[in-house]
Amino acid sequence: MSGGGTGRLAVVGAGPAGLAAALAAAEAGAEVTVLDLGQRPGGQYLRQPTVDGVRPAPHPARFADLLRRVGTHPRVTVRSGHQVWSAEPADDGTGGATLRLSGPAGPSTLAAPVVVLAPGGYDRVVPFPGWDLPGVVTAGAAQALAKGQGVLVGRRVLVAGTGPFLLVVAAGLASTGAEVAGVVEAAPLRRWSRHPLAVAGAPGKLAEAARHFAALRRHRIPLWRGQAVTEVAEHGSGLRATVRRVDADWWAGELTRNVEVDAVCVGYGFTPSVDLAVALGCATRTDPADGSLVVSVDELGRSSVPGVLVAGEATGVGGADLAVEEGRLAGLAAAHRLGLLDDAGLARASTPVVRRTARQRRFAAAMHRVHRVPDGWTDWLRPETVVCRCEEVTAGRLRADVAGYGLDDIRALKLVTRVGMGLCQGRVCGRAAACLLAAASGRDQPLEDFAKRQIVMPVPLGIVAEEGPPR
Amino acid sequence: MAGSFDVVVVGAGIVGAACAYACARRGLTVVVLERAGLVAGATGSGEGNLLVSDKLPGPELELALFSNGLWRRWAAELGDRYGDIELEAKGGLVVTGVGPGADGAAGLAGLRETARAQSAAGVLVELLDPAGVREREPAITPELAGGLYYPQDMQLMPAKATAALLAAARDHGAEVRLRTEVTGMLRDDGRVVGVRTGAGPVAAGHVVNAAGAWAGKLAGLAGADTPVAPRRGFILVTEPVPPLVRHKVYSADYLANVASGDAGLQTSTVVEGTPAGTILIGATRELVDFDRRHNAEAVRRMAQGAVRLFPALAAVRAMRVYHGFRPFSPDHLPVIGTDPRIPGLVHAHGHEGAGIGLAPATAHLVAQVLTGERPDLPLEPFDPARFSSEVETAGAAA
Ligand SMILES: Cc1cc2nc3c(=O)[nH]c(=O)nc-3n(C[C@H](O)[C@H](O)[C@H](O)COP(=O)(O)OP(=O)(O)OC[C@H]3O[C@@H](n4cnc5c(N)ncnc54)[C@H](O)[C@@H]3O)c2cc1C
Ligand SMILES: Cc1cc2nc3c(=O)[nH]c(=O)nc-3n(C[C@H](O)[C@H](O)[C@H](O)COP(=O)(O)OP(=O)(O)OC[C@H]3O[C@@H](n4cnc5c(N)ncnc54)[C@H](O)[C@@H]3O)c2cc1C
Repeated sequence: MSGGGTGRLAVVGAGPAGLAAALAAAEAGAEVTVLDLGQRPGGQYLRQPTVDGVRPAPHPARFADLLRRVGTHPRVTVRSGHQVWSAEPADDGTGGATLRLSGPAGPSTLAAPVVVLAPGGYDRVVPFPGWDLPGVVTAGAAQALAKGQGVLVGRRVLVAGTGPFLLVVAAGLASTGAEVAGVVEAAPLRRWSRHPLAVAGAPGKLAEAARHFAALRRHRIPLWRGQAVTEVAEHGSGLRATVRRVDADWWAGELTRNVEVDAVCVGYGFTPSVDLAVALGCATRTDPADGSLVVSVDELGRSSVPGVLVAGEATGVGGADLAVEEGRLAGLAAAHRLGLLDDAGLARASTPVVRRTARQRRFAAAMHRVHRVPDGWTDWLRPETVVCRCEEVTAGRLRADVAGYGLDDIRALKLVTRVGMGLCQGRVCGRAAACLLAAASGRDQPLEDFAKRQIVMPVPLGIVAEEGPPR
Repeated sequence: MAGSFDVVVVGAGIVGAACAYACARRGLTVVVLERAGLVAGATGSGEGNLLVSDKLPGPELELALFSNGLWRRWAAELGDRYGDIELEAKGGLVVTGVGPGADGAAGLAGLRETARAQSAAGVLVELLDPAGVREREPAITPELAGGLYYPQDMQLMPAKATAALLAAARDHGAEVRLRTEVTGMLRDDGRVVGVRTGAGPVAAGHVVNAAGAWAGKLAGLAGADTPVAPRRGFILVTEPVPPLVRHKVYSADYLANVASGDAGLQTSTVVEGTPAGTILIGATRELVDFDRRHNAEAVRRMAQGAVRLFPALAAVRAMRVYHGFRPFSPDHLPVIGTDPRIPGLVHAHGHEGAGIGLAPATAHLVAQVLTGERPDLPLEPFDPARFSSEVETAGAAA
């Protein structure tokens, strides 16, 4: 290390990835500021209760340890309640970024020569008739409510969609007192047998799955495979979910059951949050594993923009353990860029971690292949099914406008139909709308057109109007 | 070469769409060639104001008054079959002396003079005292000196209008080819007789250049010097809120900025609500070529101006910011009509910040020229060759 002294690193996101990045960089000597909009650090997986009297969800010791070590490290400052609403790359081309913040004390800006973006992701939404009814919630939201506020989405609940997260949520809801009517999993789980190597490389995942299956058995929760909730309707004071058999492409077949519940939790995997990175000019790519738009990074998390590193779900959905390892690598690479680690030091510290992430990514890829979200759901929609909730654009309207006006790209679709033009700016409906547009126009649609936004989350104009003090 | 058209329209922005509609309705065979998608250019970034208020007496104001009448007719014609283009006669409000330290007296004197001149040219305008302003806009700051109200100012949704015009043109036999870039001109003895595209040549009696801020480049393919340049503008959009801003409201300095040719960043406050409930905030002007980068300072200044004008906006959330490139013409007048230097080439561009408003009149004049009718307005002020000498002088000065 040359006499560069300590360098400043900004980390966006205090989830597993951001925390691990902050710790790795701080241990190498960096002065780290972690920004997170949540009231407490932890992100999604490590979500801490924000209401008195709610017991924290149990996490493996390694995660609790990570939270504790970040919280007590003298060179790490965690600023909770700080939303990064926009960011610009350093305009002198030296790298890094200026982050625009909105926090409890108002607006401020933070310019850092190196930033690690670890903004995680959010629930992927698949529209179907009734998905917009009160009582139909995403699995992630149900989980966040239970973990953060100790609130159950309903007394009697159905969990549906695809992916291992359904089991996590079902087990979590059952253990907090909900009656889980069943888990509807679209994938035929025997697909897992096609990926023996990926599974063997991740024994921890296997044990985790076994634990969740045991929890289902203990709570007598049935698991219906190769089926999907293709419609939810209001029924008395509650909801009735229609469950049908689906084939590998999610074409719906025979009705298997109607289930009456208070709430339906739907999960179809996650959508990475790439908008901050896109605003900074980072190159993106489509993750071949699940088709989501992710930030392109090298094996240490370095994006195409100098001084901007990305870790966690934003580089590809792979779960909390992978997020931690990616965070660690990005933290090391950040320290290297700040001159706190030399090439040899970086190689020494990162090599074993890189090896572990390769294994975890193989598992994640297998997971995505088993729990694919093929396009068959588009056939479940009715003309009156809402696709964009903010602007109340229906599938019928969308298809009619695409055909009638000859719309063939996302920009024109948004402007003419207003799909994705509301408060969520396409975060919720973008991927589904792009899929419907591709089918109706016969043209592939680049998902990035839904991810380009300079304001990454809504912010009061009063905040935009003030420059705010530098931090 | 498969078939020939009467008209090739280059560009599927609002001007190209309007030209296609006006020509196809008159029975001309039309093909629209657009290198990207619908509303890919400035039209997708425009606010959709159809303003007479920001124009001083002269050819542009006449074009605007004529155009607003056409928009009313077209909206009615299109509405039932091709979808609502959200035409709203909401009226415009220009205010002056906003905020502490503003020179209200001077501002008012200026407004009075503007109003007198405009009203002599046929613009309906009403002078308002502060109470009158607040009666029309209850949420506006009390700290202002007065304003002018323009009942003829209207608004529409540019993307929907463009899509509807193209759909209607198609029903009149026009073809629309997206993802088709014009890369060259077909010439025959000096005359333009069609265009070259990535998908092969297209023969035509006339080529209409409706390429917006790219019109200079397109004209260059035909050897015609046309000094149209992109003038960047940012817009801030808020979350949808219950009605808070009723009219198009802007500060009087907007007029000066529109009229200026300064290359540096200029901001003036423009605020308006839309039928979707969002509030649009502008306006910035910069001559920075096609620079697509963000400008945080521009956005901050727009927000500042909006909050100063409507204090309640401080708590309303900004949801999106975007920019577009206005087709800037050095003398602030559009370029419309046949090119006297190059037969077969017809211009329809250079409307800068008023192309949505001026599209129907422009298209109407183009269609009249192409069918040999006598134009309803004199075309001399918009003459495509008028810059030729200016360009040389500017070149010599630089
Ligand atoms: C709603 C939801 C619930 C989930 N619950 C679980 C669970 O219980 N168990 C499980 O195994 N997996 C869960 N997941 C999956 C989870 O995403 C990963 O396992 C893991 O948390 C990913 O870690 P990460 O660090 O990449 O992102 P996250 O843990 O998502 O952390 C990202 C952090 O960045 C912050 N952030 C994002 N953008 C900004 C911004 N612009 N400004 C400031 N802060 C910002 C967020 O507030 C968040 O705290 C959940 C996912 C979601 C979407
Ligand atoms: C921020 C902002 C706010 C505005 N607000 C208003 C307003 O309130 N009211 C108003 O009247 N105006 C407003 N304007 C101005 C208005 O948007 C423009 O004047 C108008 O859209 C110009 O339309 P156009 O069809 O000429 O150009 P464009 O919409 O830019 O269309 C030109 C098209 O030509 C295509 N093209 C270019 N070259 C080629 C080629 N070689 N081959 C094929 N196709 C090509 C482009 O892809 C593009 O789609 C605003 C502009 C901006 C930027």
